[in-house]
This record gives sequence, C-alpha cells and structure tokens, in this order.
Amino acid sequence: MKFTLSPELEAFRQDVRRFVADNLSPATRAKVDEGRRLVKADYVDWYRILHAKGWITPGWPVEHGGTDWSPLERYIFEEETALGGAPPVTGGINMIGPVLIAFGTPEQKAAYLPAMRRGDLWWAQGFSEPGSGSDLASLSTKAVLEGDHYVVNGTKIWQTQAAYADMMFALVRTRFEGKPQEGITLLLLDMKSPGLSIQPIRTIDGGQELYQCFFDNVRVPIENRVGADSKGWTYAKYLLGFERHGIAGIGHAKRQMVRIKRIAAAEQDRGTRLIDQPRWGERIALLEIELMALECLSLRLIQESEMMGAGKGPGVEASILKIRGTELRQEMFELLTDLTGPYVIPFDEEVMRSGWGNAAPVGPAHAATIASNYLDSRKISIYGGANEIQRNVLAKSILGL
Amino acid sequence: MDFILNEEQMLLRDMAARFAADARARQEKTPEEPGRRWSRFAELGLLGLTLGEAHGGLGGGGVETMIVAEEMGRQLLTEPFVPAVAMVSPLIGELGSKDHHEQILPRLAAGEVLVVPAFLEPEARYDLAQVATIARADGDQVRITGRKAVVLNAPQADLLLVSTRSAGATGAMEGISLYLVPCQAPGVSLRAITTLDGRPAAEVNFDAVAVAATSRLGSAGTALPAIERAVDRGIAALAGEAVGAMAALLDLTAEYLRTRKQFGAPIGKFQALQHKLVDMRVALELARSVAAAAAMAVDIPDAELRRRFISAAKVQVTRSGRLIGQAAIQLHGAMGMTEEYGAGRYLKRLVVIGALYGDFAHHLERFAATAEPAGLPN
Ligand SMILES: Cc1cc2nc3c(=O)[nH]c(=O)nc-3n(C[C@H](O)[C@H](O)[C@H](O)COP(=O)(O)OP(=O)(O)OC[C@H]3O[C@@H](n4cnc5c(N)ncnc54)[C@H](O)[C@@H]3O)c2cc1C
Repeated sequence: MKFTLSPELEAFRQDVRRFVADNLSPATRAKVDEGRRLVKADYVDWYRILHAKGWITPGWPVEHGGTDWSPLERYIFEEETALGGAPPVTGGINMIGPVLIAFGTPEQKAAYLPAMRRGDLWWAQGFSEPGSGSDLASLSTKAVLEGDHYVVNGTKIWQTQAAYADMMFALVRTRFEGKPQEGITLLLLDMKSPGLSIQPIRTIDGGQELYQCFFDNVRVPIENRVGADSKGWTYAKYLLGFERHGIAGIGHAKRQMVRIKRIAAAEQDRGTRLIDQPRWGERIALLEIELMALECLSLRLIQESEMMGAGKGPGVEASILKIRGTELRQEMFELLTDLTGPYVIPFDEEVMRSGWGNAAPVGPAHAATIASNYLDSRKISIYGGANEIQRNVLAKSILGL
Repeated sequence: MDFILNEEQMLLRDMAARFAADARARQEKTPEEPGRRWSRFAELGLLGLTLGEAHGGLGGGGVETMIVAEEMGRQLLTEPFVPAVAMVSPLIGELGSKDHHEQILPRLAAGEVLVVPAFLEPEARYDLAQVATIARADGDQVRITGRKAVVLNAPQADLLLVSTRSAGATGAMEGISLYLVPCQAPGVSLRAITTLDGRPAAEVNFDAVAVAATSRLGSAGTALPAIERAVDRGIAALAGEAVGAMAALLDLTAEYLRTRKQFGAPIGKFQALQHKLVDMRVALELARSVAAAAAMAVDIPDAELRRRFISAAKVQVTRSGRLIGQAAIQLHGAMGMTEEYGAGRYLKRLVVIGALYGDFAHHLERFAATAEPAGLPN
C-alpha cells in the first residue's frame, strides 16, 4: 500500500484534466455546471472531440478503437471527464458497442462501430416494457420470423432520448415456451422503420427525455439479429455487466461537491455564509467523508479485481458501488435543495433549457435549476437495476444463497 | 393534549373532505377559472373559518384550520387558503382597527377580496426581522420602498399585507410595522413566477408606494410578535396540508404495490418493499401527531411553548415528507418519475412546504433556542 498513485497515473490524470479544460465547449460546461438541460449537440460535439483524440471508446478492444488503458486508467479518465463537466458518453457506445464487438457479424461491426465512434450513430436501449421492468425476462414484445425478416409487434417504454436515436437495440420474444430467458432475441432496429412510432413522456423534473416506443408490424431484416435466435438474454447480461468501473459516479459526485460548496458560500443567513455555519459545515463535511470512503472503496475494488484476473471490473461488489454511489449523490441533491432555501420554490422550465439569458434571475442565479435537478436525481436509484434489486443480489451473495 | 376531534370538528372534517375531493374532480374535468373556485370556498364558509362570529366567521382556531388544510393537501388544491385564511384573517382580526374590521373582514369571508402576506425578503432567507423594506412618513401618507420574495398568490391578490421597517436597522426586532398595500397602487410591480407545485407567486417590488397612514395594522414599530404568530399559524396549517399530501401518497403507493406485478407476484409481496412502506407509515403517524399538537399550540398564550411545538412540527413534517415523498417515487419505479402518474406532484408539494417559512435547519435552530417547559423533574 502506498498513499500516492504512481507518477505515471498522476501524469495521466493531469493530461486528461488539461484535455477536458482545453477542449470541452464552455457553453456545454456552463450547462453542466448550472444543472441545465443538455441537447444532442452537447453530447455529439464532445464525442467528436474525444474521437479526434482517440478517446471515445477506451473500453473497446484496440483493434476497434480502444485505448488499451488499465482499469485504473479508465477509472481516472471517467472521473476526470465528469469532474471537468463533460457530458457522459452514452447513446449506446458502452452498451451495444461491446456486444457487437463480441457477438456481432463482420458486417454489423463494419456498419455500426466506426459510425458510433464518430458520433454519427445514436442508439436507444429497447429493453423495458410496461409489464417488464425489474423482471426483464418476462418481456413480451413479439418478433416472428417471416422469410428473411422478423416482424415485431408490441411496445417498449422508458427509452432514454429515443428521439435522438438512429437505431435501437431491442430485446424481443421469439419463443414462448420454456424458461422466459430462453426465448429472447436481440435485434437492431432502424428508428425510421415503418410501423415504429415513439411518444414522449414528461417527467417530474419538467424534462422530456423518456419515450414509449410502439411496434406495429415493424419488419427487421434477419441480418439485424445479434448472435443466435433466442440467445439474447446472454448478450443482454454481457451488456449490462460491461461498464462497471464508473458505476459509483465519483467524478459526478465530486463535481456536485464543488457546486455544494460554491452555493454554501454564496447563500447567507443573517449575514453569515452558510458554509461558515457549523450546522451546514458539518453536513457538508459528512457528505465529503462519505464520498471519500466511496472513492477509496472504488479504487480498492478496481485494484483488487485487476490483481485477481483478466482486468475484469468488480463483480457483485459493483452493487455496493451502485447503491452507495446513487444514494450519496441523491443526498447531495437534498443538501443542495436545503442550501437554496426559499428560492427552491420558483420553477421555470425555460430557465432549465436556456438559462436566464438577459433577464435578471429570480433569487440567486444558482437557485433556478436546483429543484429540477433534485427531482431528476430520484431516477438514479431506479434505473440500471433498481437499488432494491442490487440489494437482493448482494444479500444472496453474502448469504451464499 | 387531547387529540380527539369534537363533534363539530368531525363534521368540519367530513365537509372539507367532500368539498376538496369534489373540487379536485371538478378541476380535473374542466379547469375552472380561479375566482370561481375561490368563491366555492366562501359559499361553504371556509373563508371565514378563522374570523370571529362578530365578523361573519366561524370562530375556528388552529385545529379547525389544520382540518381543512389537511383535506386540501390530500387533494393537492392550490387555492390560497393558508396565506389568506390561516395567516391574514386572524392577523387583521387581532391588529386591525374598527375600520379595517368593518371594511375588510366581511369581504374576506365572502371571497370578494384576497389579502396575502408579504413578509420575507430576498436577503432574509427565513428571518422575519430582516426587514429592509422601508416605510417613511409623508404627511398623512406613508411611502414604502423595498422588495419581498416569493410572495405566494400575489398575482391574484387585491391587497398585500407587507412588513416594513419604520425604525431600527435591518434585523432589529423593534421598528417593524404592517401595512395593507393595494396591488394596484402606483409603484407596486410584480415579477410573476410559478412555484414548483404550480401556484402563482411573485417577487414584489415597492417603489415609493404611497398608502394612507391608516392602512397600518396595529401600532407603529411593534408588529414582529404578531407577524411571528401569523407565520406560526401558517406553519401549523402547512403541516396539516403536508400530512394530507403524505397520507394520499402513502395510499397511492400501497395501492400500486398491491397491483403492480413483477416476477409473477404483486411487488407488495416483497418484504423489502413492505418494510419501506411501513417506514413511510411510521413517518406519517409521527408527522400527523406533531402537526396536530402544533395546531393546538397555535392558540395557547405561552409564546415560548408555541414556538417549540411549531418548530418541532416543521422539522418533523419536513423529514417525514422527504422520506415518504422519495420512497413513494422509488417504490413506483420509472412510473414514479412520470409527471402524468402524479406521485411526483405530492413530492413537489412537500418540497415546497418544506421550503416555506423556515426550513428544517431554521426550525431546528429555533427549537434549540426555546426554553424547555418548566416543571420537569431534574
Ligand atoms: C430515467 C430512466 C431512464 C431509463 N432508460 C431506459 C432505457 O433507455 N431503456 C430501457 O429499456 N429502460 C430504461 N429505463 C427503465 C429501467 O430499466 C426500469 O425503470 C427498471 O428496470 C425498473 O423497472 P420498473 O420501472 O418497471 O419498476 P418495477 O420493476 O415495477 O419496480 C417497482 C419497485 O419494485 C421494486 N422491486 C421490483 N422487484 C423487486 C424484488 N424482487 N424485490 C424487491 N423489490 C423489487 C423495484 O426496486 C422498485 O422499487 C429507464 C428508467 C428511468 C427511470
């Protein structure tokens, strides 16, 4: 054990930090800083910058554009990009990308992987259905093979940013007998397919990022199947288990901590800054200690699993990181809400999108996004395997059941 | 303390419950014009709830106010019952002149004028003594200059009840006077805002607004204790509203756990969720009980004891509200995140109530600063 990371890793951290500072669009950074809504261009512009640097798909194999970084380097990269205010890399890159690399045909790889790296291809994740959330294997959207096409009927729900998407990777049911897990197939659907329609769902934070997707005799060419028919569950499990290094969201949490301190220094009560008042100072310190403990745990788990074999990410321990990482960030948004006091009450969706512009803010400028951000933060313990499910997984593993 | 409602209070509760449920149903069918909705409150006598019988009111106190507020919270009604009926009416009754009583109170009870309080200021956070809005004598008039923050329902109001400073430094307890200021008076400007829970509100600016000296409520420079009492009445009512919202949210969540199926069973079969639901219920029962105690405490003469119970209720209700609101969303899964489903609307109401008239931290401090009641064994 040594208190400091190696000089090489420290230098790498500084490299990434400088790169983000020098290249991320100030407008996007300001949105992230202020908790305003990002639009597709904020993401894609950043992906193109990462692509030009060769850093868009660190987790992919080198021959497909990966960086060959160690798990620790990847962890540092994720932390530093989040800490620097960069949008997260999403849109399927870390989900369907690795699956196509492992199980896709050469044609699928050629058709999709380079376009994804360039920021030209955005995927929606078509897993959940109205009747199948935590119990994903019960999904019932049906695909029937007719000649060289699957014909898909049914509905998916909660697709994030489906309106941004060019393609969707979807789990569909191709067999109804046997164990539910055994009749599921992974298909790649063009979002412009006839019969595929989407409908936005407004969320409690005022946003509109989620969609329900409807399939009415949507024809999907058989060459858009990933791997074998009815083996989709295996690929889905591979996909969901893939990107776990950053699952605790340390970079994001650290950035919120910066925001907390900035706001606690700006807000005053009877002439004293909140940050200087013990009751607020202690609450901030407690969260900071929790964050420190979680960061130490993340680093430790990565190093231990790296030692034990094959550069894999953490196993069931990832559930610990998911639970604590999400609940800690939620506590941070609760604190932000409390720090903001009465000015958490006004709400203006326009400010969430465009900021105050030339108008004088109502109350302190930082206040306008806090309530929406707080409400939005409630989702992180629901998606990506709800925290109850994570606790079930951990309980089984502790008890050896 | 006697927690049992008397017969009249039970009747009031049943009436308010029917009224609020009906108002919600009506609202969902065809949204009504706000003035029409408000006059329905008047028709039932609810706007005179806190006025003495001499002024055409029902003579109700903290408990009656809480009973009605709870039903409003349960149905998420957004009418200005708390600012107008819980806070302003008793305050005018207490401090107003005979003229005020005769000219304003009957019209308040009839729903013909709406008066809302404008006490807190942009720099004040929750400190009622941080009054930088100045009232300066000008012949037989007074000129008011300053700003008030997040004034609920100001865009609908006819008059604002404004705390002003006529002497002393910002923050001093002495030197605060209350004035009734017509919203239409020259120099009053509103920056309209919408609250997180969908109510109209405004930042209000007063630029040398001239009002008659007779529009002062009570004697000059001594209004702070009455303002504090009015805010305490407001907090007790808001606590009732929060309890109603929490109870409705708990019902909604329990119903969802009974009907939502995953893994071949209603998710309410999973013990992890059962225990969460139970924690929500415990939090509700604590909040309900302290809120009731606070409603009773509103009307006692001992200000120190009153403060203690009001602050305790605000702290407990804020904590319970957060626990119940957040757990409700979590137990609904992604459905809980949707605006349409409606669980989030309760959470938003609870967030707003938590941030009104002193948050958790403010009341924790205020509670800690009150003396313990005498008579405890050493
Ligand atoms: C913001 C957001 C974005 C999303 N994006 C996508 C997307 O892009 N694509 C996609 O396919 N899906 C997406 N989802 C859906 C997400 O995967 C599901 O919400 C999640 O799987 C939970 O399912 P559910 O919402 O149906 O909740 P349910 O499964 O109905 O669960 C309801 C509650 O019951 C609990 N519960 C369920 N089973 C058990 C059990 N056995 N033991 C204890 N507790 C249990 C849950 O933890 C939860 O608290 C998104 C969701 C959100 C909120």
